Amino acid sequence: MSLLVMEGLRRYYGTGNGGVTVKALDGIDLEIQPGEFVAIMGASGSGKTTLMNIMGCLDLPTEGKYYLEGIDVTTLDPDRIAEIRNAKIGFVFQSFNLLPRTTALENVELPLLYRRGTQSSRAIREQAMEALSRVGLQDRMDHVPSQLSGGQQQRVAIARALVNRPSLILADEPTGNLDTEMSLEIMSLFQELHGSGITIVMVTHEPDIARFARRRVVVRDGMILQDGPIPEPSRAEEVLKRFREEHTL
Amino acid sequence: MKPTVLVKLSFRSIFRNRMRSLLTTLGIIIGVSSVIIMVAIGEGSQAQIRDTINSMGSNLLIVMPPRGRFDANRLTQKDAERIRAEATLVSAVSGTLRRSVTVVGGTGNWSTTVYGVEPDYQAIKEWQLQEGEFISEQDVKARRKIAVIGTTVAKNLFGSETGVGETIRIGNAPFQVIGLLKSRGTNSMGQDQDDVVLVPLTTALIRLSRNNYLSTIEISAVSEDKMTEAQAEVEGILRESHRLPDDRENDFEILNQSQIIEVASSTAKILTILLACIAAVSLVVGGIGIMNIMLVSVTERTREIGVRLAVGARRKDIMLQFLTESIVLSLLGGVIGILFSLGVVAGLGKFSPIRAIVNPLFILISAGFAGSVGVFFGYYPARKASGLNPIEALRTE
Repeated sequence: MSLLVMEGLRRYYGTGNGGVTVKALDGIDLEIQPGEFVAIMGASGSGKTTLMNIMGCLDLPTEGKYYLEGIDVTTLDPDRIAEIRNAKIGFVFQSFNLLPRTTALENVELPLLYRRGTQSSRAIREQAMEALSRVGLQDRMDHVPSQLSGGQQQRVAIARALVNRPSLILADEPTGNLDTEMSLEIMSLFQELHGSGITIVMVTHEPDIARFARRRVVVRDGMILQDGPIPEPSRAEEVLKRFREEHTL
Repeated sequence: MKPTVLVKLSFRSIFRNRMRSLLTTLGIIIGVSSVIIMVAIGEGSQAQIRDTINSMGSNLLIVMPPRGRFDANRLTQKDAERIRAEATLVSAVSGTLRRSVTVVGGTGNWSTTVYGVEPDYQAIKEWQLQEGEFISEQDVKARRKIAVIGTTVAKNLFGSETGVGETIRIGNAPFQVIGLLKSRGTNSMGQDQDDVVLVPLTTALIRLSRNNYLSTIEISAVSEDKMTEAQAEVEGILRESHRLPDDRENDFEILNQSQIIEVASSTAKILTILLACIAAVSLVVGGIGIMNIMLVSVTERTREIGVRLAVGARRKDIMLQFLTESIVLSLLGGVIGILFSLGVVAGLGKFSPIRAIVNPLFILISAGFAGSVGVFFGYYPARKASGLNPIEALRTE
C-alpha cells in the first residue's frame, strides 16, 4: 500500500467575494511509497510549502483527496487530524522550532505528552533518550537550545520528529539556517535514517541538498512539473569527509 | 495531556517569569486578603457586640416604662411579684430601682449607681460574690439596710480593705456592707461594671424613691428559644395587672435580649457585607490583571503553540494548558492572600484591641473564588490560544 496518495489536490486562498484567488496548488497527483526519500523542489511561490502543510495535515485542500496510509484525511474532524499528526508525522522545520528555555530532552518528550493513552513519565523519558541517542546527542540532553549549535538544535528537532515512530518525516528546508558542514551532517543523518527504513519528504530549493534524496519532485505554479528518481544520489557522509579534509588544511 | 503534566507545565511557565507572575498575582493576593480581613473584622465586631449584650444577663427580658415617657411609669413591685407567681416560662424576676447617688463611708465618698434589687437579680445578672453574701428574701421583706458593693466602690471607699462588715451611708441612712461582688471589669462599651452598689429593693423604694414605681423589671426566660414566648407571657400578665382594655396600648415596654443583639449586630453585619463587596471588587480587578498577562503570554508564545499543534496537540490541549496556567496563577495568589490575611488577623489580635475572627469556611470560599477568577478571566486568553492557526503560528517571529 502506498504511504500517501494525493488525487487532484487543489488549494485556493483568497476571498470568494470579488477578491483575488491565489491558486497555491492547482491539481496535484502524487503517490509516495513507504521507505522513500523524496525531495520536493521549487522556487518560492511555487506551492511547495502549501503542499508540505497539507501533507503534514496542518492544512486541508480546497478540493481533491489526500490519503495517508489509506485514511482519507480530508474527511476527519480536527481532533482526529491532531491525532494523526501526533502518531504518523514528524516535522522538521527550517528554524528548528524548539521550545526555548526547555532542555533537549523535554523538547523531544513533547510529542509523547500528547500521545493518546497514558504512559508513565519514565517510559516517556526513556523513549526520548533513545531518540536523542539516535541523532548522536546523548551527551547534550540537559542543554537548552541556546546552549546548542544550529546543527545540534536541528538534530534535537529530528529526534523530536522521530520519537513517536512516525510513518513519515516532513522536513521543510531543514538546512536553510545551517552552514555547509552542519547541512552535510544533517543530510548524512537523514540518509542514515532513510537507510533504516524511515520515509522522508524534504522540501528544499537547493539543488545540492536535493541530490541527497532518491526522488525529486519539482513543483511550479501549484503543479508538478517533473517527478523522477535521482540517477546518482550523493552520499552525504563522503561529501562531509571530503569537505572536512579540504577545510582542515 | 495528563493533568499532572498540565500543572507541572503551568508551574514552570509561572516560575520562568517570576517577577511578572508575582506582580500579576498581587491583585489576587490583595483582593483575597482584603476580603478575608474585612470579613474577619466584621465578624469580630459582631461577636463583640453580642458579648456585650450577653454580659447584661442571661436570656434577659427587661420591662421598662414606655420609651421617652418616664412620667407614665406604672411599674410596681406588685407587677414583679405577679410575673414571678404567674409566668411559666420565666426562671428569675427582679424589680429594680436605679439611682445615681453619692455614697459615703470608709475613707471618703464616691459617686456611683445604687440599684434596689431582689434576690433573683444575682441569677439574672450572673453576679458572683468575692466575699460575703448576696441580698436575701428576708433582707427584702424586712427592708434591711444592707448593701452589696462592687470592687470599684470598695476600692474608692476602703482602699485595700474589702469593706465587708463596714458601714456606708447612702442618702444619710447607714447601710451595712454584707458582700463584695467579684470583679467583672469594663464591658466593651467602656462602662465599669464594678461601679455599683446593690441594696434590697424595698429599702431602696423607701429611701431613694418619692413614689413606688420601679426603674425596670428584669426577667430571665427559661431558655434562649423560649424568649419570644416568655415575652408574650409577661406582656399578658402586665396588661392584666395594669387592667388595660384591649384597645389600649401597653403602658410599658419589653426589651428582648435576642432582639437587642439582632438590632445591634445588624448594623455591623451590613457594614461587613459592604466592606466585603468593596474588597471583592479588588479581586475582580486582580482577575483582569491575570487576563491581561495571559493575553500577553499567548502572544509571546504563539510559536510554541504552533509547535505544540504541529506535534499533535488538540485545540482542547492548548486550551487546557492556558486555562490551567491562569487557574494555578490565581490559586497561588489566593493561597498567598490567605496566609497573608491570617498573619494580619493574628497581628491584630496581638497588637491591637480590634477583634477579628477568621471563619474557616470563608477561607475555603475565598480560595474557591480565586480559582473561579482564574477560570473566568483565563477562558478568553485560552480560547484565543487554542484558536490559532498552526501554520501562521509557526511562521510568527
